Amino acid sequence: MSIVTVQLGQCGNQIGFEVFDALFNDSHCPGGLCSKRENEAYQASCKERFFSEEENGVPVARAVLVDMERKVISQTLSKAARSGRWKYGQHSCFCQKQGSGNNWAYGYSVHGPRHKESIMNLIQKEVEKCDSLSGFFIIMSMAGGTGSGLGAFVTQNLQDQYSSALKMNHIIWPYGTGEVIVQNYNSILTLSHLYRSSDALLVHENDAVHKICAKLMNIKQISFCDINQVLAHQLGSVFQPTYSREGSFHYRRNPLGDLMENLVPHPEFKMLGVRNIPQMSENSLAYSTFTWAGLLKHLRQMLISNAKMEEGIDWQVRPPLSGLPPLGKMSVNKETHFNTSIANLVILRGKDVHSADVGHHRALKRVLCAVRMFSPVICQCQSPKFILLKKGKIKTLVLVAKRNPCTSM
Amino acid sequence: MTQSVVVQVGQCGNQIGCCFWDLALREHAAVNKKGIYDEAISSFFRNVDTRVVGDGGNISKGKICSLKARAVLIDMEEGVVNEILQGPLRDVFDRTGSGLGTFLLKVLKDEFPEVYRFVTSIYPSGEDDVITSPYNSILAMKELNEHADCVLPIDNQSLFDIISKIDLMMNSGKLGAAIKPKSLVTSSTGVFKKRQEKPFDAMNNIVANLLLNLTSSARFEGSLNMDLNEIIMNLVPFPQLHYLVSSLTPLYTLADVNIPPRRLDQMFSDAFSKDHQLIRADPKHSLYLACALMVRGNVQISDLRRNIERLKPSLQFVSWNQEGWKTSLCSVPPVGHSHSLLALANNTCVKPTFIDLRERFIRLYKKKAHLHHYLQIEGMEESCFTEAVSSLSALIQEYNQLDATKSMPVEDLPRLNIAM
Repeated sequence: MSIVTVQLGQCGNQIGFEVFDALFNDSHCPGGLCSKRENEAYQASCKERFFSEEENGVPVARAVLVDMERKVISQTLSKAARSGRWKYGQHSCFCQKQGSGNNWAYGYSVHGPRHKESIMNLIQKEVEKCDSLSGFFIIMSMAGGTGSGLGAFVTQNLQDQYSSALKMNHIIWPYGTGEVIVQNYNSILTLSHLYRSSDALLVHENDAVHKICAKLMNIKQISFCDINQVLAHQLGSVFQPTYSREGSFHYRRNPLGDLMENLVPHPEFKMLGVRNIPQMSENSLAYSTFTWAGLLKHLRQMLISNAKMEEGIDWQVRPPLSGLPPLGKMSVNKETHFNTSIANLVILRGKDVHSADVGHHRALKRVLCAVRMFSPVICQCQSPKFILLKKGKIKTLVLVAKRNPCTSM
Repeated sequence: MTQSVVVQVGQCGNQIGCCFWDLALREHAAVNKKGIYDEAISSFFRNVDTRVVGDGGNISKGKICSLKARAVLIDMEEGVVNEILQGPLRDVFDRTGSGLGTFLLKVLKDEFPEVYRFVTSIYPSGEDDVITSPYNSILAMKELNEHADCVLPIDNQSLFDIISKIDLMMNSGKLGAAIKPKSLVTSSTGVFKKRQEKPFDAMNNIVANLLLNLTSSARFEGSLNMDLNEIIMNLVPFPQLHYLVSSLTPLYTLADVNIPPRRLDQMFSDAFSKDHQLIRADPKHSLYLACALMVRGNVQISDLRRNIERLKPSLQFVSWNQEGWKTSLCSVPPVGHSHSLLALANNTCVKPTFIDLRERFIRLYKKKAHLHHYLQIEGMEESCFTEAVSSLSALIQEYNQLDATKSMPVEDLPRLNIAM
């Protein structure tokens, strides 16, 4: 089943490009650890989800690009075309000339209604190219005007027009300081609208990803490109194919369905987060070895102590004694150090996945396995455990991605 | 990509405008090597086939044929405009008619209510050459208050100080440094004009650079774009308080390329020093309502954030906007520099300028000196003066109120409690 991506605004388009690039590169990575048949099955599954075929053999991303001014879309289109390996559809873009001025109202009440027909037509065309539609993946920021306002409008329209398709919104939580002054207005307005019309909100915080780039990836001068690439890696780990019960060569068909089913048991709780381990620069990778036991232990602690990355994890964290925090004293600025997740999903990728024992980690419940993320191996699907509902607000999608250099066995 | 129309009024406006168009052409020439009429150029120029008369001549794509500036030049006497139309930029302007100063603002507002009106106005300094300038300024201020969306006040004294500083650097021969020919103050001939010849040229170049940097993120690509309408959206918290203090760095490029990259952080510090401001004011000791940083060149988000964290403690922000920064990153640096920074601050430090203006006005007005010249004109009455000065007083009062909240602790608003 296919996913149609809608990229909105500067942020959405810049991230969208990195996501498709990561997905394509992963599925076409020279597979040293997998059989040819395995590789081909993986590629075909990834392709069905995210790319459609063009006449001259160059895969076209199943995406619609929307922005209220031209520069970013032109850049995105040309970057994709330049890679020569995949591209965006020529007629899949919608742009205007005036921008949204960081004004949510412009995006939602002016540009939305004005250009509703054109945008929905573009999406319709993309949907018609799919044999079977899993749902929509909408990438947008919350701080700007187009992504936030127009994104909220488009999501609402998707709900009206495609009521049986799933919608996941990927929202970028702006930096705490120093991005857009009116970001708090735009963000609150966006969240309130999306909560009613979207099925799941996958959140990435700029601050958190920035820290990952600084501490784990050791990048000295962090650019938005670096941040987007880390993001894309995390998203790729979530969306790439995973095994179905039949075992190897057969992949689960409905990615969005799987995610929703496991992570959104109740429509009131739909905010998701991603934790990824290990996350490091290519250079460090060559000098590192991993075991499933070690990775799972770290991941579990990251989950329990609400850490966003594998450095600086609090191993001493304890649950609050009285269960619920005292009313009125909970300041918004204090970080909650004890995890309050409602449901989790673990995705394991890599070598010897069947040997990974998730059983005794009670915090990690539902498990999906997959062949590879940049390094394919044969593996088996672990049978799912029951889901334990805990009190709290934030659901966590817990992800394990094991990376091995392609050459080692 | 938004397109902007530049309206140049009066001798000052037209002279600045002339510098501006010169620099704009240079900037686009440096970036657009193939001579294709692209989106960036279209923000300030039209592409016209001069062989066709009338509207049919506009070409929207392809090679550059003949560029026409999206500009309207207005003056009440021919001298300055004629000089421009005979100079090297004569082919860039269409012949056009004449009009009037700030009256234009109101006209533009009525005709095009949805289009933002940015005004760079030159404020008179203490020693001014026009005796009735206080009257003119106050009357103009009223129009600016009501009909402009955003005003960037600039005063000649600051510009002059900047030129003097550059002069000093050039002549002192410090560390063997020399000013590169392409700096903020040179014209297209690439020669730093001597102060004695045409002082205003150098000063006008600075203002022209301000305008270029302001629009750079709208014209060129970058990882975090910012359009003109975003400036207004983020920097103007209340409609009356739309006066922004601007500061530009760097002012010159040192020829010695071995200076270490610490220059990047230095650039940010400079932007908040008084030497680089285009108006005499002291933002560090007043209250910031909002601040925008527009960076050009090879600067990334981490550099920006590091510097904001570094500079924030020394600046006072208003209680309801403690993290009030708007940032933009444009990949294309200005000609002759590797990076540059334009800082726009909405700060209560403009208050003394306005108070000063009001003082000078009242000194003249108390004696009714020179008033009869104005009242002779049809449509002008004494009430215009009183209204103008009260509009300015109201503005000053608003700033006063904000200043009063300066050192007060940030109060948390009482929240609803859920009964258990």
